[in-house]
Order: sequence, then structure tokens, then C-alpha cells
Amino acid sequence: MIKQKSGIKRKYKKRSQIKSIMFRYKKNKLAMFGLVMLIIMILIAIFANFIVDYEVDAVKQVMKERLLAPNKDHIFGTDAYGRDIYARIVFGARISLFVGLITITLSLAGGAIIGATAGYYGGKVDNVLMRIMDIFLAIPSILLAISIVAALGAGLFNLLLAMSISQVPRFARIVRSSILTIKDQEFIEAAKACGTKDSRIIIKHILPNAIGPIIVQATLTMASTILTISSLSFIGLGIQAPTPEWGSMLSDGKSQMRYYPHLVIIPGIAIMMAVMSLNLIGDGLRDALDPRLKN
Amino acid sequence: MLRFIFKRLLMIIPVIIGISFIIFSIMALTPGDPARLILGESASQTDVELLREEMGLNDNFLIRYVDYMKDVVRGDFGLSYRNRIPVYDEVFARFPNTLVLAFWGITLSVLIGVPIGIISAVKQYSILDTMSLGAALVLASIPAFWLGLMLILLFSLKLNLLPSTGVETWKNFVLPSITLAAGTMATLIRMTRSTMLEVIRQDYIRTAKAKGAGERRLIFKHALRNALLPVITIIGINFGFQLGGAMIIETVFAMPGLGTLMITSVRMKDTPMVMASVLFVAVAVSLVNLLVDLLYSFIDPRIKSQYSKS
Repeated sequence: MIKQKSGIKRKYKKRSQIKSIMFRYKKNKLAMFGLVMLIIMILIAIFANFIVDYEVDAVKQVMKERLLAPNKDHIFGTDAYGRDIYARIVFGARISLFVGLITITLSLAGGAIIGATAGYYGGKVDNVLMRIMDIFLAIPSILLAISIVAALGAGLFNLLLAMSISQVPRFARIVRSSILTIKDQEFIEAAKACGTKDSRIIIKHILPNAIGPIIVQATLTMASTILTISSLSFIGLGIQAPTPEWGSMLSDGKSQMRYYPHLVIIPGIAIMMAVMSLNLIGDGLRDALDPRLKN
Repeated sequence: MLRFIFKRLLMIIPVIIGISFIIFSIMALTPGDPARLILGESASQTDVELLREEMGLNDNFLIRYVDYMKDVVRGDFGLSYRNRIPVYDEVFARFPNTLVLAFWGITLSVLIGVPIGIISAVKQYSILDTMSLGAALVLASIPAFWLGLMLILLFSLKLNLLPSTGVETWKNFVLPSITLAAGTMATLIRMTRSTMLEVIRQDYIRTAKAKGAGERRLIFKHALRNALLPVITIIGINFGFQLGGAMIIETVFAMPGLGTLMITSVRMKDTPMVMASVLFVAVAVSLVNLLVDLLYSFIDPRIKSQYSKS
């Protein structure tokens, strides 16, 4: 009886909090703009093969239609192999968003495990784990990614692994600091007194309360991941040809940009829009979650 | 104070050991035989074996790492696998280019970013504020290498004003520095604005205002100093990031710096070269962070008193 009662109460409270966060988020026009932009991009990525034909438009080389400026058949023009840039941009969205999403999932999982262990147990465990994370943080993440890709070879899977490893320390830090602020609160003590297992306390009681900053960091990390992927592809260590990727499109067009600037302008704008939408969402979420801005 | 500096210098050592170990293991795990790389495809298997023995490549991985670090401590960074030149010379010849680039990148972003942030905070919700926040948003989202390409397109290819590659004169550094500054500038504008806004709302500012301090004095004398602390942290973090992260930008502008050296060396599996350049960057980053901590104490007397106690 009592149990049921408290269950209802908690559910009600939780919903109202999410509602108020959503209410604050909706008031932020820029953040809503970012969200709409991201949703459109996700839809484009999911339905890419209904919008354009991958084989015919995005990878097939048509030599007599090389380097066309934007016109009514090819709204973004064609590249040095006669491939339609619009089609390649559409499929590029799929790659960028996919890699971004997988990277934050993997690095968040790794970071949450390390950060939660370090923060919850404290002491020596904390010291050792966090010093290792500090060392990883001291290496520029792009260099770490480059070395891992160089060691394992270029390719989608290795790229995902490299990007995820280089982002783990950031999440570990955030999760750890969130846990440090929560773990001494009374409800955790109560859970401990009830004999709850450590793993359950962390997953069920601590992580849900630390979710705010983690989501914000995840959005911003996804933005920087998309930037890093395109940078890696740009220097030839990321996604390999002929797969359409925004960064490698830029690097292909670089040598001819003097006479055909559309080759570099359009993919750059695509990257910028993806990154900007995620940055806007991250900022909006941070403001919406910040209790100091509540009133 | 001296003791604090000494302590911090000592703390660099484990970081250096950790970083070098990680990079060394990654490079050692990379498939491909350095001996084969040096001798070329046509060399016989026995020659390759001999060279492997001579270079100590058949030893245990840990022994190789310890041997390498012993040499490094003596100042011997070894020879490049690729062209057999001393690694130290090559790294040392290129380091100034990266340093100059990072320095101007940071300087530009501070000189432009901080004032814009202050104006933005003082004139909150004005058109100026909206404009500078918009600019910060765009700058933060632009891929650095793309911005570099656009600058080359405009200033080198179309207007013919500035060179797009090389490091010969100061003109060569203009476009790369602007490119490098963009990202940090965005962070600085937003950071300065938000800390400034927080400081302005504090009681002591109201007190100063009540006592009749003019706006200029209020901002520069009272508010700015307290608002600068987090800003300096950002500058420190970004300086380290720029030293290592200038890699892509150096590639765009074909500059012979540490970044381009790292990228080619990683691809060529030139372990001594990669190790040396990473160690250089790591030491430089640690020293800059130490410098930032010392700067704190000059700006904030409270922190200074903490140092002298410990």
C-alpha cells in the first residue's frame, strides 16, 4: 500500500520536471530552430535512398557531366567525376549522423562505467582511473584518433573505435563529478541501508539524477565528433572513397576550388549546419536544465 | 611559490611517461615492419633480419620502451625511420612554426574575443549583444579546415592578397592564424560574456555603483579582474589544444610544422618522429598550464596566499 503510494508520487513529480524542462526549452527560439534543423537532417539521413538513387547519382561516374556549376538538373552541381553533389550531400548526412551517434553511445557507455566506478568508490580506484583519464585528455583527441586509425587501418569500424576512445575521458569526468555531488545524499544512504547492490544504486538511483549534464555533453560531443570525422576524412584517414562523406568531398574538391568553388563551399555548409544544430540544441538544453535560470 | 612551481614541474613527469607509453604502444601495435620500411621492398629477408636485430626490434616491447625513454632522457631522440635524419633536428626546426602559429592564434582570439564578450555583457540584450552571440555561434560551428579553405579562396586565389602556403614571411601566417583563432574566439566571447554577467550582478559591484563609480571604472577596475579567471583557464586549455590541434590547419596551408610532421610520420609508421613530436607538444602543453596557474595568482591574490601556504 505504502509502496504503491510513493510510486505514484514519484512518477508525478518526475513528469512535471520533464515538462517544465520542455517548457523552458520550447521558449528558446534558437534551440527550437536547432532541433527542427536536426530533425530535418535525421529524416534526410533515414530516407536518403527515397530522395536520391545511391548507385546512379552518388557514386556512378559520368565523365561527360564533370564539374558542372549548379544548374537545374544538379542543384549543387557535379564533382570531378560527374557525380551529383546534392546526392552525395544527402548520403553524407547518413554517414556523419551515424558515426556521430555511434560514437557518443560507445564513449558514453565507456565513460559512464569508468566515471561511475571512480566517483562511487573513490579513494585509490578513483585516483588511478582518473589519472589515466587525465593522461588521455592531455593528448589532443584528434592526434589520438589519428594514431589509432593509423595503427588499425582506415575504415568505418576503426574510425568509430578511435573516435569513441578519444571521447571516453570527457564523459568519465562529467559522470564522475555528477556522481560525487549525488552519492552522499540521503536517498542513496537509504538505498544502501536497504541492502541494495552497488551496481543497482549506480544505475537506478544515481545515473538518472546525473542525466542532465550528461545529455548536454553528449549533444556537444556529437557536434565535435562530426567535425573530427570530417577533419580526418579531409586528411585522408577517415571514410574512404567512393563513400560520400562531407570531409572527403571537401578534400577532393580542394585542388580545383579556384575555378569550381562550389566543390568546397557546399560540403562545408553542410558540415556547418549539422554542427550548428547540435550546438544550438546543447546550449538550449543546458539553459533549460539549469535550475538557476528557472525563474 | 617556488616550492609550488617545483611540485608542478614534478607532476609533469608521470603525465609524460603515460603519454609516451600510450603512443609507443599504439605505434608498436601497428602492423608493418620498420626495418622493411627503411630498407625498401627490394631488400633481402636476411638484411631486414640483421637490421631488426641491430635496431633492437626483436626485443620485448617493454624493454624497447624503457630503452627508448633512457635515450630520451639523455636527449637522444633517435633517427627517423623514413630518411635516417636525427629526429631532434627535424622536430626542433619545425616547432617554432607551430609555436608562432599557436601564439598568434591565441593572441588574435583574445584581442578580439574578450572585448566583444565584455561589450556583449555590458550591453546585454542589445543589437550588439545579439550580433556577437550570433557571430560566436557561427564561428564555433565552422569546421576550421573549411574556414581555411574559404580564406584561401577569397584572399589568395580571388584577391591575390596573401600567400596560401609556406612559412617564409609574416604574410604566410596571417590566414592560418585567423583560421586557428576562430574557434577559440567563439569560446572566449561566450565565456567572457557569461562570467562578466555573473560578476556584474554581485553585491560588491552594486556597492561600487552606489558609491558613485563611473561605468568605465566599474567594469575595468572592479568587474573585469574577477571575470578574467575562467577566461584565462579557457586560454590555457586552448593553447594546448592549438599546439596539437593545429595539425589540420597546417595541412590546409601546407605549413612545415609539428602537425604536418605528426600526420605524415604516423602514416609512414615513423615511430621515433611521432614520439618526439608528441612529447614536445605534451611538455609544451604542461608548461603552458603551469604558466596559467601562475597567472591566476597574479590576478587573484586569494590564490596567491594559498600557494605560499602550501
